Amino acid sequence: MSYCLYCEERISKTISWGTLFILEADKYSCDKCVQTFQAIEDKYCQFCYKRCEQECCEDCYKWKAIYDGNDPLYKNISIYYYNDKMKDIISRWKYRGDYMLGNLFKQKFQTVFREKFSDMNKNISIVPIPLSKERLYERNFNQAAQLASFVTPNISNILERTHTEKQSKKSRKERLMSKNPFILTEKVQTDVILIDDIYTTGQTVRHAASLLKQSGCANIYAFTLVRG
Amino acid sequence: MKHIVKTSPYSELGGVETLSQFAQSPKIEKILTPTLRQFFTNKLLRKEELSLEEQSFQLLWNNGYFKTLPAITKNKTTYICQRCNNSKNHLFGWIPCQRCHTTHLYCRNCIMMGRILQCDYLFEWAKNPYEWPEINESLRWDSTLSDAQQYAAREIVSAVENNEQRLIWAVTGAGKTEMLFLGLERAFAQGKRVCLASPRIDVVKELIPRFKRVFPNVAIEALHSDETNKSGMAQFIISTTHQLLRFKEAFDVVIIDEIDAFPYYLDPHLQFATKRAKKQHAAMIYLTATPRKNFLRTLKKEKVPIIFVPVRYHLQPLPIPTMLYVHRLTEKIKSNQSIKQVEQWLQRREKQERQMLIFMPSIQQLIDYKAIICQSLLKLHIIQYDDQLDTVYANDDMREKKIEKFRNKELKVLMTTTILERGVTFPSVDVIVLGASNHIFDVAALVQIAGRAGRSEDDPQGLVLYVHDGLTNAMLEAKNMIQMMNHKRKKMLKNNVVKKI
Repeated sequence: MSYCLYCEERISKTISWGTLFILEADKYSCDKCVQTFQAIEDKYCQFCYKRCEQECCEDCYKWKAIYDGNDPLYKNISIYYYNDKMKDIISRWKYRGDYMLGNLFKQKFQTVFREKFSDMNKNISIVPIPLSKERLYERNFNQAAQLASFVTPNISNILERTHTEKQSKKSRKERLMSKNPFILTEKVQTDVILIDDIYTTGQTVRHAASLLKQSGCANIYAFTLVRG
Repeated sequence: MKHIVKTSPYSELGGVETLSQFAQSPKIEKILTPTLRQFFTNKLLRKEELSLEEQSFQLLWNNGYFKTLPAITKNKTTYICQRCNNSKNHLFGWIPCQRCHTTHLYCRNCIMMGRILQCDYLFEWAKNPYEWPEINESLRWDSTLSDAQQYAAREIVSAVENNEQRLIWAVTGAGKTEMLFLGLERAFAQGKRVCLASPRIDVVKELIPRFKRVFPNVAIEALHSDETNKSGMAQFIISTTHQLLRFKEAFDVVIIDEIDAFPYYLDPHLQFATKRAKKQHAAMIYLTATPRKNFLRTLKKEKVPIIFVPVRYHLQPLPIPTMLYVHRLTEKIKSNQSIKQVEQWLQRREKQERQMLIFMPSIQQLIDYKAIICQSLLKLHIIQYDDQLDTVYANDDMREKKIEKFRNKELKVLMTTTILERGVTFPSVDVIVLGASNHIFDVAALVQIAGRAGRSEDDPQGLVLYVHDGLTNAMLEAKNMIQMMNHKRKKMLKNNVVKKI
């Protein structure tokens, strides 16, 4: 017997010939709740997955101008739009600390990861964006690490973060002006996929990416759950 | 009073502001102000909620000022959350804990009150508790009670004095709140601590100013999820039933308003919370207009006296609902057709100037169908502009503003879901239920909705219309219940006595 993690309704499994022979993956949510997540489709920026008519959105032009063509981040790939339902789930998951809610995204996160990154070479590091020690103690889990654990058993924890104010409490301008909070603890030279829950301005992942670039990584991708 | 914690002591999400002035010289006498003791007394708190600086906490802890109990314990077969008494497996989650580096449980049931981890402890004050002051003649109120109200009020007073239970079964608009005043005054005079809890946040918000007005000398505090500054230190607490999870053996008098409202009657955790929040010998008073059958049964088993108040405070009968059958109503609403029969009824209304409440079964229908209603109302000249009509529902950000606008008569017609079914008073309204056959409208809901009409002395009549596409038992029972009340009222007024049933 399983229950939807979000609405707590009982999930009824349909029984067919297939279910007799093939073990189904665990269902964490009812179909109704899954449908309310809005996957990014059709028209989006090729570099950051923002909803956009052109191939490259204004944000990305700005980033290109700032880094003068040497943007440390090669590309960001996101899965969902940040709609109201998603806002609610993310706040319950991250801020209330309902760890299990992360499982709602498990299946989709895995399939999209396979789709987008399957053709890349095997020598690749998957790096979740870390939390500072204080924040980690307070929250008791790192949502990015949870997402990363869905797609790989070998997570490279090569970044550390110093304690600053929450990103979500800052304005856009403050975020863009903020100092690099990360420290690289190990040198890597492979391709890297950075994993985080939300890509909003892109500042956080770029902070991390610029350190990795200095250390000698060729291509740095970001794979995020939500495009804010 | 300067030692009171400034921000919410409950602020779960970081930034717990602590009593920093004690950090330099941690001496117990210095830390332990009466306010702090008042804050801790009879609470059951997580460590974060204690809002003490680590040093101060250690000192108090080492000297045995707190009792602890593990937050999640194991029974023979199940785990039990010690705060909300949850023992359902699917309401526990597993978390790889970064504090104790094991994977263990956390309670998902009461996570809205701050997460409880298996490696957490709940803290309870172990030393002498705070004593509440005896406040004499606290009631400032010069209106009088009707006979029926007086009878119920006397019963409440005796329940408070003898720590007994009572169920007050009073019709909608009977003036339940006023019946409580004398009992409360008695309780404060005896230095008792009182909690008035309701499952509905709207009810809590409406009650607060009314009590603050009549008890100006009593410390009254509102506890609900929208309130940011919660300390739970007042002698008289008015709260949603959820908030009682943080109390233990705290209250001498517990009053539960709208006992039959969602989610209280369905949620065993809330019932557990109210039971734990009261002292061992405490008065329990239940208020309702529509008690559920199994609740009545359990009360009868416990031999709790039931006090019946079948008249409204203005002594006029309750408006009886009219049924209006519309063929294929649900389909018509779904395909956005206007309903002729309802329009005709609207035209026939005697008092066109009355405001109107329209109840619909779901939020989606409410939003989709608004345009059609608006057209009809404009056509019939009931509203002149389309901004005189609005919708309100549970997670509407503008909810309070819209209700306020309706109260000020800026809005003529308000469309709503069952959230406005109880606890709110508008002086002069007609009520329509569109789609009364829907299972959402159970007996209690329908009786309560009908009870919104004719509540003021100046306009004691009001029209109630159930528009349906098939009579349901709930509708019939609701009508019967209202008629029974009116019958009882007639009898009572004739004999001029109030009888116990």
